[in-house]
Amino acid sequence: MTEQKLMLHLRWLLRALALVLAPFMFQLTPWVPLMALLLGIWRYWLAYRQQPLPGMKILAPLTIVGALGILASHGGIFGRDAGVALLVLMAALKTMETRTRRDITLAVFLGYFLCVCVFLFTQSILVAGYIVVPLVMLTATLVSLSQPGGGLSGGAKLKLAGLMLMQAVPVMLVLFVLFPRVPGPLWGLPEDMARGQTGLSEDMSPGSISELSKSDAVAFRAVFKGQVPESSKLYWRGPVFWHYDGRTWRAGQPPKPAGETHLQPLTAPMEYTVTLEPHNKSWLFFLDLPTHWQTAGQLTADYQVLSREPVRQRLRYDAASTLHYLERSQLDATTRHRALQLPTVGNPKTRQLAAQWKAESPTPQAIIQRALQMYRDGFTYTLNPPQLGASPIDGFLFDTKRGFCEHFAGSFVFLMRAAGIPARVVTGYQGGQSNPMSDYLIVRQSDAHAWAEVWLQDEGWIRIDPTAAVAPQRVERGIAAAIPATEPLPALARPELTWIKRFNLGWDAVNNGWNQWVLGYNDQRQAAFLSKLAGTKVDWGDMARWLVILLSLVVAAIAGLMLRNMPRQTDPVQRQWLRFVEKLARVGIVPKPAEGPKDFAARAALQLPGKQAAIEHITRLYLQSRYGGRKGLADLHRRVREFQPR
Amino acid sequence: MDDHLMESAPTMHQTLQNIIAACNRVILGKEPQIRLALACILARGHLLIEDLPGMGKTTLAHTLAQVLGLEFRRVQFTSDLLPADILGVSVYDRNAAAFKFHPGPVFTHVLLADEVNRATPKTQSALLEVMEERQMTMEGETRKLPEPFFVIATQNPTTHIGTFPLPESQLDRFLMRIRLGYPDARSERHLLAAQGGRAILPTAAAVTDAAGLIRLQAAVTEIRVADALLDYLQALLEASRRDPRLEMGLSPRAGLALKQAAQAWALMQGRDFAIPEDVQAVLPSVAGHRLINAEGGPADASVLLNSVAIP
Repeated sequence: MTEQKLMLHLRWLLRALALVLAPFMFQLTPWVPLMALLLGIWRYWLAYRQQPLPGMKILAPLTIVGALGILASHGGIFGRDAGVALLVLMAALKTMETRTRRDITLAVFLGYFLCVCVFLFTQSILVAGYIVVPLVMLTATLVSLSQPGGGLSGGAKLKLAGLMLMQAVPVMLVLFVLFPRVPGPLWGLPEDMARGQTGLSEDMSPGSISELSKSDAVAFRAVFKGQVPESSKLYWRGPVFWHYDGRTWRAGQPPKPAGETHLQPLTAPMEYTVTLEPHNKSWLFFLDLPTHWQTAGQLTADYQVLSREPVRQRLRYDAASTLHYLERSQLDATTRHRALQLPTVGNPKTRQLAAQWKAESPTPQAIIQRALQMYRDGFTYTLNPPQLGASPIDGFLFDTKRGFCEHFAGSFVFLMRAAGIPARVVTGYQGGQSNPMSDYLIVRQSDAHAWAEVWLQDEGWIRIDPTAAVAPQRVERGIAAAIPATEPLPALARPELTWIKRFNLGWDAVNNGWNQWVLGYNDQRQAAFLSKLAGTKVDWGDMARWLVILLSLVVAAIAGLMLRNMPRQTDPVQRQWLRFVEKLARVGIVPKPAEGPKDFAARAALQLPGKQAAIEHITRLYLQSRYGGRKGLADLHRRVREFQPR
Repeated sequence: MDDHLMESAPTMHQTLQNIIAACNRVILGKEPQIRLALACILARGHLLIEDLPGMGKTTLAHTLAQVLGLEFRRVQFTSDLLPADILGVSVYDRNAAAFKFHPGPVFTHVLLADEVNRATPKTQSALLEVMEERQMTMEGETRKLPEPFFVIATQNPTTHIGTFPLPESQLDRFLMRIRLGYPDARSERHLLAAQGGRAILPTAAAVTDAAGLIRLQAAVTEIRVADALLDYLQALLEASRRDPRLEMGLSPRAGLALKQAAQAWALMQGRDFAIPEDVQAVLPSVAGHRLINAEGGPADASVLLNSVAIP
């Protein structure tokens, strides 16, 4: 390959690789894409100045330094980040030794592989759309490589590459819809995949939920079978906390699986489907209280539903809950002990107040009412509560009186326990935003909430939300209604439907479709969709059969289109000649591009000395008939038919 | 493969073979160029021979004229050559009391314009005009040139000092441009031993004459060009205009030239119809000087050949 042509192909390759690199800029340790970029620029400069490539003396240390750098940055070469970083770096180093067509081809295929790797980090619609650009560029590089004369212009190469990828689209669609899916991922995804995802955590302390509330990120989306219940009924149950250490609420001990439940639904269960964003924890969110959870996970004794392993990929599950129920559970000694646990020291004023209430009130219900009344009088619901000291509950109840839901829920449970009423903290989400562009509910991190449950004799566990006492708007109309406009609430949680919010909701609807139909197209969804399409139950065998049939049809259709665009041979003389050429092609004598019939025949006669006379005769007849205006078709036809190259 | 001798005039093929053989005796080891030059003449075209000085350009022209039995004139082009030096001049004749035209060297069968690119553009264009018209008009009087008439121009590579390169529009008027190149070792040895070249030029006998050449030229126009071949010619022209590697494609005049040259080539092969191979044989010489590649330099016509399939 001449220097000039190499430069041409290389320009395509480097541009394509730079485009592949772009999304990694946001995902990898910054020095890795930067080093790759610098290597690419160096390679380009060398080609431009027609300077020799660096030898092993420079490349080998560079490779070792790069590998050591990745080891140092990631503590190993396994896992998603380190693996992809290594691949990016090696692809860039590979360009430093591209001298031949083969090298460039190899680098192109590395580029294709990197395109796939982008999806290990994010599978959003935008990235999927973007990846088409480097894909076309990489394919154009291959087009450029396969042009011996370097003939086509840049635009024509891009067009051809685009056309080739377009032709692959039907095949892609058929494979996507019909290729049998296996349950779960094909291979274990690395642990570090779920890094940096936001969501509820396994403990609660003052400030933890208000911090989360500042995030716009989607926690999950839900589609209801029937009417969406009013906002104040939407308590999405998450982790339940029993143990308080004076500052932080925790589960205390691993949740026990539910034994016999004492749940009596009073109305028909509400059916809905949740699409949960990965949050790297195992709890699944259900409306209080779940009646159908079996396909999603396991129910615990405190009505959490836990999946078998942490949710690292978007998860879709069907659920049903009853919103009106009786929960007449009995409290065994251990559970009662857990539900009354308090640290031995701290918050003396609160304990004193609880003791006073207990002495003055005839029933637990009265104590609860006094507590809620206290919150209503003089407490403020705010995202930015003041700092609390060593006795946070005393500080909150008697001094600052400003707090977010975790302050109210935490202090309420403390009060109840101090007054001898079994109680626990429940965290999760409250409410959600109906997307007017599409029929589903978006629940964001800003909807995170904490509330309390108390156990009463003959009534079982009942939900008490002290926040609702302070700021009833919070549960009725969402957080934005309850928080003063001056506080820093995420824009999307605000109720005004600005154009930016409208755009965002529309975009969220598109994303939801993408999640449901593209990313969430798993084995169950595939089986359901195809069965619905076919009208009967569809199994793997059917899918495979349809796959083969549809792929054949697609290929046949494309072939048909291409054939139709080819000039149809109408001249009968020429048809006979082509038959003759085809017979020779079968024994390996193929006309070169633009080789004249006479030259071709002479070459054929040279290769088949025994057939020389026949070849020459046929050629003479053909030339006379096609170019000489003589009538020889019948004779030509007969001789071509009789001609046997062997 | 035996070719298809023309039933009408098998002698024509023989004559052509004799012409080539006679030229071969003088110009050693250059049969392809001789064949192309002859095809150019048969197609009634003008020939441009481009090469370094001393490669036998003049000898080739002279030999062709002599073997074809034609009247031959040679004009050495220099930078001070005037149009009148080629075309002729009217001089007042005191005896007749009128202007009398003294015809220039252009009134001949074969005009050898030696080193045509050393003359000024003015003189060049005077020559090229008569080449196209085959007649000249001076002082209101039109004078026809003899039949047959053709110009064999030789040209030094334009990088040489003191040359006025012919513009593209002028180059288009030459049907073919050929290059001679160095002789091979054996031919060169013969040349040195005075067994060829200019030394034996006087011994070359005429094989035919002006009338014979006119008959041959007429036969060329009778060579059949089938529709299928016209399709091929058109595809070539089309490709020359669309190919991104070429800045300038072939003109319609070049298309006609290509067809005529292919017909002449077919006649020389003894066929009464032209086939794609005839077109391919003459294409590099016909198209070479008319194509300009994307960088503005001369283009290789073979890129065209390889990129167009025969319909």
